[in-house]
Amino acid sequence: MEIFAQQLVNGLVLGSLYALVALGYTMVYGLLQLFNFAHGDLFMAGGYIAVFILSALGTTLASPGIVVFVVVALAFLAAGAGSALLGLATERFAYRPIANAPRIAQLISVLGVSIVLQNVAMLVGGRRNRVFPTLFPEGKFALGDVQITYIQVFIIAASLILMVGLYLFVNRTLFGKTILATRENYDAARLMGIDVRRVVQLTFVLGPALGGLAGVMFGMYYGTVFFTMGFVSGIKAFTAAVVGGIGSITGAMLGGLLLGLLESFGAGYLSKLTGGLMGPEYRDIFAFAVLIAVLVFKPSGLLGERVARRA
Amino acid sequence: MIPRSVDNSNGPLRGRTRRAVLLEHFDTSGTLRYALLGALLVLLLVLPSLLGTNYLIRVAVQAGFYIILALGLNIVVGYCGLLDLGYVAFYAIGAYTYAFLASPHFGLHLPFWAILPLAAAFPAVLGVILGTPTLRLRGDYLAIVTLGFGEMIRLLLNNMDRVTNGPKGISNIDPISLAGYELRSPRQFYYLVLFFVVVFVLAISRLVYSRVGRAWAAVREDEEAARAMGLNTHSLKLRAFASGAAFAGVAGCLFAGFQGFASPESFTFGESVIIFCMITLGGMGSIPGVIVGAVTLVVLPEILRPIAEYRMLIYGLLLIVMMVTRPQGLWPSRQRSRELLERGEA
Repeated sequence: MEIFAQQLVNGLVLGSLYALVALGYTMVYGLLQLFNFAHGDLFMAGGYIAVFILSALGTTLASPGIVVFVVVALAFLAAGAGSALLGLATERFAYRPIANAPRIAQLISVLGVSIVLQNVAMLVGGRRNRVFPTLFPEGKFALGDVQITYIQVFIIAASLILMVGLYLFVNRTLFGKTILATRENYDAARLMGIDVRRVVQLTFVLGPALGGLAGVMFGMYYGTVFFTMGFVSGIKAFTAAVVGGIGSITGAMLGGLLLGLLESFGAGYLSKLTGGLMGPEYRDIFAFAVLIAVLVFKPSGLLGERVARRA
Repeated sequence: MIPRSVDNSNGPLRGRTRRAVLLEHFDTSGTLRYALLGALLVLLLVLPSLLGTNYLIRVAVQAGFYIILALGLNIVVGYCGLLDLGYVAFYAIGAYTYAFLASPHFGLHLPFWAILPLAAAFPAVLGVILGTPTLRLRGDYLAIVTLGFGEMIRLLLNNMDRVTNGPKGISNIDPISLAGYELRSPRQFYYLVLFFVVVFVLAISRLVYSRVGRAWAAVREDEEAARAMGLNTHSLKLRAFASGAAFAGVAGCLFAGFQGFASPESFTFGESVIIFCMITLGGMGSIPGVIVGAVTLVVLPEILRPIAEYRMLIYGLLLIVMMVTRPQGLWPSRQRSRELLERGEA
């Protein structure tokens, strides 16, 4: 029971991060039916930007509380803005020139962006993992038998706020509703006077901004960032988006949480269930197996209305 | 509509560049074409002597492996239009098949000719198993599934220590021996690889114009229309997927025999990307294009050794620039380039 509750908390944290990244995939996919390969690497870029800023400023936990707060807030802002800018650049240089070309060309092009981002991060930040400076109070409190760190609370709360914010923005504001309208019917939206190019840009900004923030939280949580972190996390977040139903914003949130829990329980119980044959190192394989299974048996996902074969 | 270097008027050059017309001229004048091909073959036969050093011959052998891989992926992506991003998994399976059956690891030492069909068949069967459910999915879903599959295979090879010896891989693999004669020098190996490349090029160039090859083109261009014409698109896609996998298996088998060891780190997603770059650079669906692409991307890093760090960065930029400016590749097939340059409905 103790393990169960602990894995539940861990899973929720992981799931919140996946959900934040999954939102970026699902928004672009819903609009353009394009799998944005570069998105995972924009998440990674957010983590790197924060690490560079924090190490450049050299603030430590020993500094006055207000300074630490301002510095961390600055790192978050810069990471979100930086990833958003990179997302915008992806749209401008790798997508827009071939917006009308066959999809295979678009996919290869964003795959190129992904490789470029990874290698820039590797060349600038080095091949090895970068330590993420500890700037978050390391305390924890006990809830029954379960130890919950402040940082876990922070990640869950922050993700929740961001997701609710996005939900409200998309569903309640006029600007947000243009996304829904364009997703529904691209041509009709254009005929209604919606600047669809703006809308496409908006999704290429919003998604990466959330992804960048998630990248910072990932770095804080694990205490490290590495240049390939966008690759595996990206596939998992995409899995989450597919599980939830690609194109659906609430689906991405749900799918993210579900995958996080699944993975965390997998890591906790896999070796017990298989009698020690498969250890926790099999959890990545587990995630890929879930992806393939969902795509095969229920490609529309939990909340997706669209059929996979929509042309 | 962005103006392109392609003539869209209805004149005699419609839809073709001057160069394409020239090439077509070369294509039709049979004697010249065979003379050129003959000269090329002679050149390839004496190439090891021209290269001289073992290092350069090794580079040529590497190029041979990648040509086989790129030709195989070209069937999947270039002919049938399926986006396979986990191609390297089949290469890995081919390599490990040879490694398992011809090394002290399990104490098995089967001859090369006995393993070769298995190394081609295993990946093909696995391709059918993976492809049967997933090839019904839309193109970009397929890309993700294959990507996940490629990573799964690598992780399994890495983690199943008891079977695969984990990250350390399998070493002391038997050298390939033909009729009791062991191939030990790169030069001997070069001729073996050359043999396979020539056989595969001949086979594929016949395949393209066969019933299956034309059906693949139909599936790629318009799947709905192809189905309406009575083609079993699913089985056609499966066949492309499985043939591509078999090619990779053969390349893997040769690779393991040449290197003498096989470890999971040779089969990363980066490898899949490089093979992908080769066919993108050369021109999807074009045999000479794919060969040019493969040779370029093997030779280029050797020349650019001082800036090896930037290699993948350059590849990434290359992919973007190619897709934005010249999606049909350096040496495109005429038909494929018309399709890729077609704008509007995708």
